[in-house]
Amino acid sequence: MKITVTVNGEAFAREVEPRLLLVHLLRDELGLTGTHWGCDTSNCGACAVWLDGVPVKSCTVLAVMADGKEVRTVEGLERDGVLDPVQQGFSECHGLQCGFCTPGMMMVSRWLLDRVPDPSEGEIREALSGQICRCTGYENIVRSVRWAADHPAGNEVTS
Amino acid sequence: MTVHETTGTQDRHHGFGRVPRKEDARFIRGKGNYVDDIKLPGMLYGAVLRSPHAHARLVSVDTTAAEAHPQVKAVITGETLAGLDLAWMPTLSGDVQAVLATDKVRFQGQEVAFVVAENHYAARDALELIDVDYEALPPVVDARRALDEDVPVIRDDLEGRTGNHIFDWEAGDAAHAERVFAESDVVVAQDVLYPRVHPAPLETCGIVADMDKVTGKLTVHTTTQAPHAHRTVYALVAGLPEHKIRVVSPDIGGGFGNKVGIYPGYVCAIVGSIVTGRPVKWMEDRSENLMTTSFARDYHMRGEIAATRDGRIRGIRVKVLADHGAFNGTAQPTKFPAGFFHVFTGSYDIEAAHCAVTGVYTNKAPGGVAYACSFRITEAAYLVERLIDMLALELDADPAELRLRNLVRPEQFPYSTATGWEYDSGDYPRTLRHAMDIAGYDKLRAEQAERRREGTGSLMGIGISFFTEAVGAGPRKHMDILGLGMADGAELRVHPTGKAVLRISVQTQGQGHETTFAQIVAHELGLPVDDVEVVHGDTDQTPFGLGTYGSRSTPVSGAATAVVARKVKERARIVAGAMLEASPDDLEWSPGRWSVRGDPGTGVSMQEIAMAAHGSVELPEGVEGHLDATTVYNPPNLTYPFGAYIAVVEVDPGTGKVSVRRFVAVDDCGVRINPMIVEGQVHGGLADGVGMALMQVMAFDEDGNHLGASFMDYLLPTSMECPSWELGETVTPSPHHPLGAKGVGESATVGSPAAIVNAVVDALRPYGVRHADMPLTPANVWRVIQGRPFRTDLAIP
Repeated sequence: MKITVTVNGEAFAREVEPRLLLVHLLRDELGLTGTHWGCDTSNCGACAVWLDGVPVKSCTVLAVMADGKEVRTVEGLERDGVLDPVQQGFSECHGLQCGFCTPGMMMVSRWLLDRVPDPSEGEIREALSGQICRCTGYENIVRSVRWAADHPAGNEVTS
Repeated sequence: MTVHETTGTQDRHHGFGRVPRKEDARFIRGKGNYVDDIKLPGMLYGAVLRSPHAHARLVSVDTTAAEAHPQVKAVITGETLAGLDLAWMPTLSGDVQAVLATDKVRFQGQEVAFVVAENHYAARDALELIDVDYEALPPVVDARRALDEDVPVIRDDLEGRTGNHIFDWEAGDAAHAERVFAESDVVVAQDVLYPRVHPAPLETCGIVADMDKVTGKLTVHTTTQAPHAHRTVYALVAGLPEHKIRVVSPDIGGGFGNKVGIYPGYVCAIVGSIVTGRPVKWMEDRSENLMTTSFARDYHMRGEIAATRDGRIRGIRVKVLADHGAFNGTAQPTKFPAGFFHVFTGSYDIEAAHCAVTGVYTNKAPGGVAYACSFRITEAAYLVERLIDMLALELDADPAELRLRNLVRPEQFPYSTATGWEYDSGDYPRTLRHAMDIAGYDKLRAEQAERRREGTGSLMGIGISFFTEAVGAGPRKHMDILGLGMADGAELRVHPTGKAVLRISVQTQGQGHETTFAQIVAHELGLPVDDVEVVHGDTDQTPFGLGTYGSRSTPVSGAATAVVARKVKERARIVAGAMLEASPDDLEWSPGRWSVRGDPGTGVSMQEIAMAAHGSVELPEGVEGHLDATTVYNPPNLTYPFGAYIAVVEVDPGTGKVSVRRFVAVDDCGVRINPMIVEGQVHGGLADGVGMALMQVMAFDEDGNHLGASFMDYLLPTSMECPSWELGETVTPSPHHPLGAKGVGESATVGSPAAIVNAVVDALRPYGVRHADMPLTPANVWRVIQGRPFRTDLAIP
């Protein structure tokens, strides 16, 4: 099938098998390997991206379902060479170790902060409850999101 | 949460302290380079056909239809591999494991065939086209039945094998323990199961194998925690010359022990690349990861503890039935088939101890030492901490007081245990008291008493765990894996402009080596951390060493780094002497500078020394130019980090649901190089403890079907089950580590499950519950209290 998907503001037209997963379109066809694959069953959230502004788990979305839609991935968090405060927060607060869950975590965190700019710890934990991290015990991830909430313009000097 | 700042240097630029991680810049941009991100020109994709049976005879494997698939490039079976003498490979425990089955399948998910195709969808399609004829055999699922006479022999491939027994192993003095038990006032005994679990790193295991037929060089990019050991094993298994093998471990999405071993898929991908002449990628899916790669634990323990009536612990002994699965593939030092389980006397001064461990085969996946266990210390720490709580219940003693009464005292270090360990340093009572202070232990007990008097609603439980770890394997004369001694190399070069490159044998799966190891060099040489680049995870670029697991990076490779930096510093002293026209003996060091003693103004900086070392300054006779050094560090002993953990839980008696309300963790891992990273390591291990104590388990039905083969069935803790961790620290330096540091990566995984289980059992005390096995899921907790009335006499002592 022929599909056109806008990813991080750039339109891509591709001929794809109907069964191709969105995560594989992004990673294998478009070379955007920042989105990871972790479980096949929508449990871990390593593959979370935005589809028309809403986080989805791209391992259980078919690429054809993204036809005519806008996808935002971790590669689209940085704008004009400036890191998103969420990206800065994860680095400032040691919100990542192996880095494998990090892109999905950050995509959901950005989505949360766009809706709830000043979230409580409970709201952060609930928003991230579909994202599994095996390294951090979540503590510093929660703090990273809080850091981003406290620094809506980020740091003046990006890392 | 509370963080008690570490004492010592907090300099962000010249050494130890909370230096932000160098690794983060790529990860937060989605620019990591994991194995599955690697795409080589002409790369093909592999997929493994796996057995649906736990035990079956392999009658035939028909690959005709798969080979006819237009996008399939090769189909490899056990027969193909047998022709290359590669159907079996050695395990890390001196057993053999089938790469692809030739005679029988011995666990559900075992590898039967390997397809190489143009893309992974086609490879998966082709698996469906392979026709395998199995003749089902009765499986041995329950380890407790594995030694019965009427069960099938799983390993009939091994000559002369008449049963499923693998080994018997003992430590301690059985006769002495018998005497002490016979004369003790109180003996408490309990069957304790540490269930089979899986480390489940978020990234599954995989490889990109690339055999260059022209140069004869094999390059593998693979998820390995031990690249050098893998290179040697590939050389020994496949007969490839070792200098023509390059193992690259790029960014790794978590290891936790899951990525120590060599899996059949790796060997198949290498063969696939040799056969097709093209690079072959193979990545597991999640079910493959959970069903077939290294599990952990599966220890059936019978523990006994003996004490005087007034609470002095005198003896501990344990019998273990160890389920090793279908192939004995545990990863541990050769001399220790039960790993370091014999550290089960824990943190206590106990005169008599004995353990006897029996390993058996079952029709389950191989493995056994994985998941941040420090070679079975997880099981040992859990056992002793459960027994202490049961003893406290028996003696009607406070579990904290009972521990304080029996902990090894500070003046007893170095302390020799009844099973042969020499603990290097510690002040255990101080650490436990610190944890009790942070938790507000007395207030918590008062709250609990008050709520028990009220007798309604949620049940409050308080659980303590005090653990001692033995990490940093290890001294070469005692410790090797497959004959490879557990020493690690380091190489350090300082370039002419004073910028340094450190090459280490260990690699990171998230532990932050690129930062921590740069900090060690910066600390030793007085260089900015940013001026030190750490090279790791590539056997062509780094010195030999055994890799990152068992919390050994800082104890072994961190020590190697300190030693090699000190060698460079001494070389710099000679160069500085030549520059200053002074005897090197007359120079003194201040961070980053050598100067004439008493005249700091005349000194030369490391940067100036580096340029001079590469320049034309005349050096003393016999002194070579340049500024570099190498070393191999053979640790004199393990390091013994320890900690005191306190969990507070709430149990809903109506549903059995457990909530972790608070968790206090005071760790003592000696000197902390980067406290931020240490705390992160502890946080992660605590979450593991919540997972194992409350939800994670690899269960099987009676046919050997795996019941936890996806994240829908194998539950992992999320942000909702984890509390906000409350950390504290004490610092007792290791006397033999050059930096005074100890390992910490696994401490929290080792120490935390017991605290949570002890807390849940404490919550259930009014029901007369003395013990409950993990995982304490709502259903399991609910079952434990059925038929047991809430007894006011137990609730209000």
